[in-house]
Amino acid sequence: MSPKTLYDKIWDAHVVSEDSDGTCLLYIDRHLVHEVTSPQAFEGLRMAGRKVRAPEKTIAVPDHNVPTTLGRENPDQMPEDSRIQVAALDTNAKEFGIHYYPVTDVRQGIVHIVGPEQGWTLPGMTVVCGDSHTATHGAFGALAHGIGTSEVEHVLATQTLIQKKSKNMKVEITGKLRPGVTAKDITLAVIGATGTAGGTGYVIEYCGEAIRDLSMEGRMTVCNMAIEGGARAGLIAPDETTYEYVKGRPHAPKGAQWEAAMDWWKTLYTDEGAHFDKVVTLKGEEIEPVVTWGTSPEDVLPISAVVPAPESFKGGKVEAAKRALDYMGLTPGQKLTDIKIDTVFIGSCTNGRIEDLRAAAKIVEGKKIAINRAMVVPGSGLVRAQAEEEGLDKIFIDAGFEWRMAGCSMCLAMNPDQLSEGERCASTSNRNFEGRQGYKGRTHLVSPAMAAAAALTGHLTDVRELMTENA
Amino acid sequence: MEKFEKLAGIAAPMPLVNIDTDMIIPKVFLKTIKRSGLGVNLFDEMRYDRQGNEIPDFVLNQPQYRDAEILVAGDNFGCGSSREHAPWALKDFGIKSVISTSFADIFYNNCFKNGILPIVLPQEAVDVLMKDAEKGSNARMIVDLENQTVSTSEGESFAFEIDPFKKHCLMEGLDDIGLSLEKAPAIDAFEAQASQARPWV
Ligand code: SF4
Repeated sequence: MSPKTLYDKIWDAHVVSEDSDGTCLLYIDRHLVHEVTSPQAFEGLRMAGRKVRAPEKTIAVPDHNVPTTLGRENPDQMPEDSRIQVAALDTNAKEFGIHYYPVTDVRQGIVHIVGPEQGWTLPGMTVVCGDSHTATHGAFGALAHGIGTSEVEHVLATQTLIQKKSKNMKVEITGKLRPGVTAKDITLAVIGATGTAGGTGYVIEYCGEAIRDLSMEGRMTVCNMAIEGGARAGLIAPDETTYEYVKGRPHAPKGAQWEAAMDWWKTLYTDEGAHFDKVVTLKGEEIEPVVTWGTSPEDVLPISAVVPAPESFKGGKVEAAKRALDYMGLTPGQKLTDIKIDTVFIGSCTNGRIEDLRAAAKIVEGKKIAINRAMVVPGSGLVRAQAEEEGLDKIFIDAGFEWRMAGCSMCLAMNPDQLSEGERCASTSNRNFEGRQGYKGRTHLVSPAMAAAAALTGHLTDVRELMTENA
Repeated sequence: MEKFEKLAGIAAPMPLVNIDTDMIIPKVFLKTIKRSGLGVNLFDEMRYDRQGNEIPDFVLNQPQYRDAEILVAGDNFGCGSSREHAPWALKDFGIKSVISTSFADIFYNNCFKNGILPIVLPQEAVDVLMKDAEKGSNARMIVDLENQTVSTSEGESFAFEIDPFKKHCLMEGLDDIGLSLEKAPAIDAFEAQASQARPWV
């Protein structure tokens, strides 16, 4: 048998049928559902008199459009459109008999944090969700795709997805990361190196020593942003770190089933000599804490750099950079560390996990913020509870942060957590598009530690300076 | 999806070019949780004044066109966003076919996903059909998908092209889901085998 990549192996294990033109029906092991992209899909089922084929493999949780303020479970606290979307999910979950974590449940949170936390996401699975950051689940060695509303309906009805196979791409991060450098810096550095279209048509497998050294939380952060690099999905082969994380989760296999699962999971790696259509290698030691300066995730620079001149780019990027600098209100040559920040947002499916909150709290402890608005939005109710147990909430609150309930919040600004015109935010989320965090809002993507540092100084800051101070 | 049967219906003339998806269904109506119900807001800004009163001149507000099932429109119909709300709104109003010299690509494909037949014809043919549509409710236009023709109320007929697979799906009322459900035995077999191989899933 010819050597296979991890992607090849998972793909092959899920093909239901294949047409002569290579179009496949791919079986879906887990379907995650949220309130914004699912209502029309459920309505479609209803209109056609169809059922959810595998309700036991379908998990719903409201996250995108829910308020993150205390008392939010009172429907009167919700803006009308969120209330309607959340109520629709309530009804659909009941009517179609799928697993559901309502806003009142402590397990509620961002769908991509809840799935792994509850043990729904396991190595070797196919996972889909009507949200592009489904790639997050690839951290477990699961093939995870984001899909549109028509496809959500297709998966609900058939438990399959119509797909053509992507090409294989390997992203290797060699060596060790230096202190102050995190998974977020890796994933941004990769997009900076490949561009936002660098992964188009590919499924990326991340590997190398620096990836192996990451915790599951860090691996999820890396895979989460595979989509920002244009890839259909990101993958990391499962190993002891993965099994350790999965073991004992509510929906993880137990006993003999666990042993059987482990037997298979241990075969999930890329064979020696397997073919990759594209290979990118970065040296872990060379990655610095990074920030974005523009309105695309590929607009990445080390924090020590200066705002680039549009003329330093080529082709269409020159115009794009001009427009980005104008939108961001920046001047070429300006030091990135001189950029003043109005607001800090720590949260999202990229960086809303316990480890992210710990990293930020460590920087913040015993200090006060130097800006008007800073908020921490835990990725799930359980992350929030864990943080409270560790006293992190107190550290944040004492420093001047708001301590919120779980949800997507200012990552996409569908709920009232929005930037105002011209407001500048250091954000741990994943998209710095025009208007993403509010009309004319300005976003700089950073790691949780870097966001915490910016909150303390009031400008973009190299977190390593604060770390030496603390040491 | 319903099967696309031979259609003998009222055609409304909309000679405007570049009718975009925001004109078809303005952005403010996208927060809905439904695919249905968008019909009342179809062409909202052209159809109602700021107070929500109907603008009598607008074609679909005229008594003879209220039950229109066909639109005859100017070039490049459906340009703009990729969201499925535009075909959803047309369908909900009762439009089953749109005739133009050209369509925006994504909108064209979205129509098929929603059981609407977009028909591309040369300018001369569209001109003749536009004139015929202007005759109002007594002039029924005939869209015959099987034979790939559109005929005026006078019996003048024009042939149109369509991808054979798309035609098949529309005629049989097959959407992607319908097609995949035809493969249910294969899905059943896969599930049976997978539940042996990976019982923990
Ligand atoms: S946190 Fe942001 S990126 Fe993640 S699922 Fe929510 S909206 Fe999407």
